[in-house]
Amino acid sequence: MNTTIMLFLVQDGITNGAIYALLGLALVLVFAVTRVILIPQGEFVTYGALTYASLAAGQMPGTAKLALALGIGAFAFDLFEARKALHGRLVVRSFIANVVLPAIVLALTLSLAAQKPPVAVCIALSLVIVAMIGLYLYRVAFQPLAHTSVLVLLIASVGVHLALQGLGLLFFGAEGQRGPAVLSGAFTAGALRFTGQSITVYAITIAFIVALWLFFGLTLYGKVLRATAVNRLGARLAGIRTTLSGQIAFLLASVIGALSGILIVPITTLYYDSGFLIGLKGFVAAIIGGLVSYPLTAVAALVVGIVEAFSSFYASNYKEVIVFMLLIPVLLLRSLAAPAVEEEKD
Amino acid sequence: MSTLLSVTDAHVAYGKVEAVRSVSLEVGSNEIVTIVGANGAGKTTLLSAIMGILSLKGRVAFAGQDLARLDIEDRVAMGLGLVPEHRELFVTMNVEDNLELGAFRIERSKAKASMERVYALFPRLKERRKQLAGTLSGGEQQMLAMGRALMGEPKLLMLDEPSLGLAPIIVADIFRIVTELRAAGVSVLLVEQNAQAALKIADHAYVMELGEFVLSGKASDIAANERVAASYLGFQHEGASAI
Repeated sequence: MNTTIMLFLVQDGITNGAIYALLGLALVLVFAVTRVILIPQGEFVTYGALTYASLAAGQMPGTAKLALALGIGAFAFDLFEARKALHGRLVVRSFIANVVLPAIVLALTLSLAAQKPPVAVCIALSLVIVAMIGLYLYRVAFQPLAHTSVLVLLIASVGVHLALQGLGLLFFGAEGQRGPAVLSGAFTAGALRFTGQSITVYAITIAFIVALWLFFGLTLYGKVLRATAVNRLGARLAGIRTTLSGQIAFLLASVIGALSGILIVPITTLYYDSGFLIGLKGFVAAIIGGLVSYPLTAVAALVVGIVEAFSSFYASNYKEVIVFMLLIPVLLLRSLAAPAVEEEKD
Repeated sequence: MSTLLSVTDAHVAYGKVEAVRSVSLEVGSNEIVTIVGANGAGKTTLLSAIMGILSLKGRVAFAGQDLARLDIEDRVAMGLGLVPEHRELFVTMNVEDNLELGAFRIERSKAKASMERVYALFPRLKERRKQLAGTLSGGEQQMLAMGRALMGEPKLLMLDEPSLGLAPIIVADIFRIVTELRAAGVSVLLVEQNAQAALKIADHAYVMELGEFVLSGKASDIAANERVAASYLGFQHEGASAI
């Protein structure tokens, strides 16, 4: 093979790997804080991408309605849980966060969708819509199960994934969509050609990872998330609600998912079910990182991206198989290195 | 002296096994109350239930309010603090972050002053403020656990076996700090196997055996009681060094 092809493949691999890194980091975060293995992460990707593409094409995305429906559900759960000690402030606060907010966003989407808003507005709206879906989803599907085992949470996670994928088909249809590039244009450096979109992917990934690092290291809420991940009982004894940490984790995961989708959809056509495979590759990276290590996950994601790029060049029929086969030696090594651990009971 | 914590006819069970039976106790403001008893008597279970970690049958009231419907986080916000036996620190975070998180439920503006107070009480923590909690010695971890609980400005601090596994000199230090807390207006409910040391600083004491209180009274009277002396104080020296 010649060097040019190799450089192309590496470049392609890094672009994809950067996105897998974002998704892998979100998976590690959500698992550490809530013990949920977030299979619907892929749907956040699809929803973000297709909401963005629909808006840019002047269509009304169904996700805005879903956000309102889930918000109403979340409000009902809040009311039910507090039924014995209802007080006005709590009801009003929950109503504004869960019903008024998505209603405003829905109204905004309805009024803007027809007039093909500029790219920046499409991105902002898509991010807000998917973020709300992630937040309310946690309230409706995972918060009531917070004290159950990892297995129960995993089953709930599979259920949510299937439901969201079905809704995705309903909202966006079976045809794929492509969105406008965030940054158009391109330039060449030597043999390599950098498109504006690939530069955007690198820049946003790096910016997001730095922002996450600052968030966890310096801000109170970042520390709250770390504390909950390290010691759930200790956090509760400090007065930190695990539900608060769960909400922040899901909010971050859905924003990361949607952002990844928005970054991919100008490069590849996405279908209602494409997110699942993309999410799984983030998952492969997260598993290689042991579901605990952020740096290892990021590095593993780049490796996954590069392996994928090379295998799609040499054996494109087997590219998914080859990527997922990466897991087998890793799992073998891990099971040899670490003795079986009983699941934590709490 | 007003009553801060009152527990009436409390039962705590693990499945069908009752670990705590029909226990009643009171802690007044500015008071150190100790529960002494052998390993497995149900002391830790009782503290966990008062904090809301385990469910309890009976009545628990704090500062005049029934706690039945309140979860752990609400109880923390009301001024009830627990330093658990296993300390439950955030081991991968540094000392200062651990303390900062302890002040999660109080106003940000007060947290700074709160941290200064904790550092004044435990100068060792200030020296190690950038060190990871997991790398501290046992005594320092105990200090950090107490410091974290104090950051939330509790009215009542419950300490579960603070002397467990620590060198005698550090134990003495911790007990001295407990008396300083009382002077600063914090009540303490102290659970200890080290009965001798606990009875020396406490105002009031309960003796727990097999899930029940068998004796209660002024700490000095309990310390003078022959039966207590025979069952707990006699083995005291051996018990403390064996751990």
